[in-house]
Amino acid sequence: MNLNAIQMILVVLVAFLAGMEGILDEFHFHQPVVACALIGLVTGQLVPCIILGGSLQMIALGWSNVGAAVAPDAALAAIASAIILVLGGQGRAGVSSAIAIAVPLAVAGLLLTILARTIATLIVHIMDRAAEEGSFAKIDMWQMIAIAMQGLRIAIPAALILAVGAGPVKSMLNAMPTWLTDGLSIGGGMVVAVGYAMVINMMATREVWPFFVLGFVLAAISELTLIALGGIGVAMALIYLNLSKMGGSGNGGGSGTGDPVGDIIDKY
Amino acid sequence: MADQIKLSKSDRIHVWWRSTFLQGSWNYERMQNGGWAYSLIPALKKLYTTKEDRAAALKRHMEFFNTHPYVASPIIGVTMALEEERSNGAPIDDVTIQGVKVGMMGPLAGVGDPVFWFTAKPIIGALAASLALGGSIMGPILYFVVWNIMRMAFMWYTQELGYKAGSAITEDLSGGILQDITKGASILGMFILPALIERWVNVDFSPVKVSSIKQAKGAYIDWDKLPAGAKGVKEALVQQKAGLSLDKYKVTTLQDNLNQLIPGLAALIITFLCMWLLKKKVSPIWIIFGLFAFGVIMHVLGVM
Repeated sequence: MNLNAIQMILVVLVAFLAGMEGILDEFHFHQPVVACALIGLVTGQLVPCIILGGSLQMIALGWSNVGAAVAPDAALAAIASAIILVLGGQGRAGVSSAIAIAVPLAVAGLLLTILARTIATLIVHIMDRAAEEGSFAKIDMWQMIAIAMQGLRIAIPAALILAVGAGPVKSMLNAMPTWLTDGLSIGGGMVVAVGYAMVINMMATREVWPFFVLGFVLAAISELTLIALGGIGVAMALIYLNLSKMGGSGNGGGSGTGDPVGDIIDKY
Repeated sequence: MADQIKLSKSDRIHVWWRSTFLQGSWNYERMQNGGWAYSLIPALKKLYTTKEDRAAALKRHMEFFNTHPYVASPIIGVTMALEEERSNGAPIDDVTIQGVKVGMMGPLAGVGDPVFWFTAKPIIGALAASLALGGSIMGPILYFVVWNIMRMAFMWYTQELGYKAGSAITEDLSGGILQDITKGASILGMFILPALIERWVNVDFSPVKVSSIKQAKGAYIDWDKLPAGAKGVKEALVQQKAGLSLDKYKVTTLQDNLNQLIPGLAALIITFLCMWLLKKKVSPIWIIFGLFAFGVIMHVLGVM
């Protein structure tokens, strides 16, 4: 499918927003479920893009920038794969191969992020000089330049894919044999686990593992929606916190050893 | 004392808005420092008027700073309160301000990461994604609206809390509340995650047939004996509802056997394998590629 000039400009604009958010992590325009929907909205292919966004969001649930670590780049993965999906013109049928394309893109985005963050080091040195002068305006300006650079990090690749055009993208997608695309979508079903594993590794302590077991067992009851499970989880967390406090004060208050006969014997 | 400079609510709203761009100049040297200075500018502008004071203020806020971007807000609040007192002549030196910033950013990041990145984001994201998978526009809208209302409200109220409490908040937060929030979030997260694993990690061994048994007569729909046309369709549906099998042969796949143990077992095993690999410092990207390769190979072999 070919896009007109206005659509292309809007796509690049959405890509710019997603790039900014990729570093800011505030409005979350870069989260696949939002970013893909926006691309779908401006190109008029809303439904397939929303489905792609949902699938990618599942994969990217656990991708977060923690501390100085850089997560795989959800922004480039979402934007570029959505553009490829739209250009490929296969609609819903193209979603699974778009997912497979998204993952190498997330890696490429990771490298671009590291590059951008290194360039930002130069920018803060310029800001240091502005600080010496006491110039608020220059700090503002360089902060904006730094953010714009992060926006370009996604906008430029998006523009490049648009420049290559629908033809090559389509022939590339058609060149993929079915055993490969089917296999990739099976792999895509499992890839989600990596994000969850990252989150569990961050949170797991001996104390909270029993809750993992409870969650896994209760999830087998398909009538319980995620919201219902959330309710149970909140209730259990509150009960646990309150009970653990009571236990604490109980131990502090009672001076006994928990062995009344032993206490009596000790007193003699 | 009559001419004390106070930060107005509008100043604080400006700072709050600017703190949205905290990570804009994130860099490997001093991380969020540029964005931090940028966020505080409306306050510094009001509090300091001479060029020397302004330069000194900017320089002390270009020091290293890094925390979770949302929980930076209470720290910004406290810092504004300290700067306000300082500009009015209180003996607060650079070391105190930097000390408060550094002292708060570690423990607060320890709250922000589990609460926002590991609990709120996976849960809201999974909910939105499950709607989006059905092609519903409600998915993206739900995610965007819920996330941003939560974030903006959190940032504004904690910034105000920090500003009003001033330096007292440091002691307040290091107490039990902070630990309770962190622990509560990890309990909720650890409870929800296995449900997400079970429902959204797809590992399907259906192509592997463990057994194929010919069923007794009357246990399956005998397609040859159905009346013709629409009547036949109706009869077939009635029989199926009565519990009759569609095929003459009862096929049990490897997947059926696994589901009888507990649904989602294979997904859980894959997740544990990923956790183990991550602990072995294998890059998540390689694990993702590995799983794609595994999927293709298993599919070609006819196992998945």
